[in-house]
Amino acid sequence: MNNSSQSVAKPYFIAALALFLGQILFGLVAGMQYLDGSFLFPAIPFSTSRMVHTNLLIVWLLMAYMGAAYFIVPEEAQTPLFSPKLALATFWIFLIAGAATILGYLFVPYDQLAAATGNAVVPTMGRGYLEQPLPTKIGIVLVALSLLFNITMTLIKGRKTSLNVILVVALWGLALLFLPAFYFPDDTVKASYGWWWVVHGWVEGDWELILSSLLGFILIKMTGVDREIIEKWLYVIIAMTLVSGIIGIGHHYYYTGAPEYWIWLGSIFSAIEPIPFIMLIAFAFKTLFQRRREHPNKAAMLWAMGTPIVAFLGAGLWGFMITLAPVQFYAHGTNLTAAHGHLAFFGAYAMVSMAIISYAMPLLRGRTANSVRSQRWEMTGFWTMVISMMGITLALTGAGLVTMFTQRMGANPSSFMEVADSSKAFFWIREIAGVGFLLGLLSYLTSFFIPGEYAYAAEVKRAVA
Amino acid sequence: MQQIFTKAMARNIFLGSAAIFLVIYIALSVDTWRQIPVRDHADQLTDAVKRGKYLMDSNNCIGCHTVNGEGAYFAPELGNVYTRRGPEFIKAWIQTQPTGIAGRRQMPHFQFTDAQYEDLIAYFKWLSNIDTNHWPPNTQG
Repeated sequence: MNNSSQSVAKPYFIAALALFLGQILFGLVAGMQYLDGSFLFPAIPFSTSRMVHTNLLIVWLLMAYMGAAYFIVPEEAQTPLFSPKLALATFWIFLIAGAATILGYLFVPYDQLAAATGNAVVPTMGRGYLEQPLPTKIGIVLVALSLLFNITMTLIKGRKTSLNVILVVALWGLALLFLPAFYFPDDTVKASYGWWWVVHGWVEGDWELILSSLLGFILIKMTGVDREIIEKWLYVIIAMTLVSGIIGIGHHYYYTGAPEYWIWLGSIFSAIEPIPFIMLIAFAFKTLFQRRREHPNKAAMLWAMGTPIVAFLGAGLWGFMITLAPVQFYAHGTNLTAAHGHLAFFGAYAMVSMAIISYAMPLLRGRTANSVRSQRWEMTGFWTMVISMMGITLALTGAGLVTMFTQRMGANPSSFMEVADSSKAFFWIREIAGVGFLLGLLSYLTSFFIPGEYAYAAEVKRAVA
Repeated sequence: MQQIFTKAMARNIFLGSAAIFLVIYIALSVDTWRQIPVRDHADQLTDAVKRGKYLMDSNNCIGCHTVNGEGAYFAPELGNVYTRRGPEFIKAWIQTQPTGIAGRRQMPHFQFTDAQYEDLIAYFKWLSNIDTNHWPPNTQG
């Protein structure tokens, strides 16, 4: 940390983690509704709990990315943020608008929310992840523009490192790729095709650039490895992301009404989508082994090394499992997709957010690293969350396989609800693993409340003894 | 190796491949755009179908259901519900929700008019005619 303007990142990180906790609580509600269909009904129908769960995910990740941008861009540019006041104002606007939207979901029936917010004039509501009312969507654009203005001006003013340019360009990409959220034609096939510009464009394209640059930043700072080497890796990794990911979008087009050639194009290109994640693992570990310093923040290093591995498992391996068209013919629209989605979102985007928070928060609080005791809570949280998320993923995989074999195959396929009833064991495992995840998150959050700085002298003495 | 493969080369590979694949994608999308109206019978997108779709979206039906596999996995596929259940069943089903049976998955009660039911069913019928490359594998969806 080299200037005080970076401290504006702090409220973003704190809010991100608070919203993350909210996301997990609503995930548990939604998971419980798989076991007891009348749980909290009609106060919170499943569609609402799920929508709150997924929308909080988006909001807290955006919060974390914005915090990361306000922390990293001035640091890399070696100049104060263009306008810390604007960044702080943007924070409050985003938080209040986000909270108001969630309250709207919870307390106003969705059709009334749509009617009250001009959805009949400019229809945008009623699509996965993009359920937000029109004013919220416009607000997201304005908040993104404010961020982009602020960090672009900072970049122009200061040192232009490749890493910083990649990060700023990726954040521009994030904002531009949100714009198709306003395009919702009457033709369902076209609507679905355009919906993937946002969703695939973010999670299998642009966000991988953000992920790579955040990871690159953490590794430069923590390992002391030459920036030139790290930035070269970054370019190759993100090149591979786009080589595989752009046409790889075709794996969403197989069975939604798009032409047949997407079956071939999508299968071939999405099959190589795991490669950038494998490269990310190689990059992270090669950098770790070549480190020139021992950073006392072991917890941040654990997040930084864990991120590419779990991202590879979730996005790469679980993604590959369902990506080839003949497999997806049976797996499409089953909990196999949910399994992949959970592990990929967590491994790639939640974990990299916690990695940057883990690295930056001690610095923002005036420490090089947290005390060993605090880091122990954090690393316990890391392992508990990672193992629990594996449990959730395996349980959803089991449920998805049951659907594949009993509802999609055979001479006498079962109905949706028959299959759901026979999958209850998997939904129990998922819910129990979800409780485990909550405990891991609480352990992680506890680490922030344990006082004290990393004590070099005491740790050296202990190591010698 | 490091001298041979420079950072500038890595950057150019990134910019070049991004540009090439973006152009390819846009070209493919233009062709897809031409084909979609034929594959989904866009000429049959009547006002009733459009109203039915709006009803679906503004009630967040895909918060529980899927349409052509997209949405949530809490309730059955609707892309082929017209084929699986037929119009009368669909209307009767929605009207009797929620069942209130303890432990069963509950669908909220939607207060639709008869005209709205007709719109909704027109939309389901239109959905069932989309050429989805033979998906789903059977009528159970």
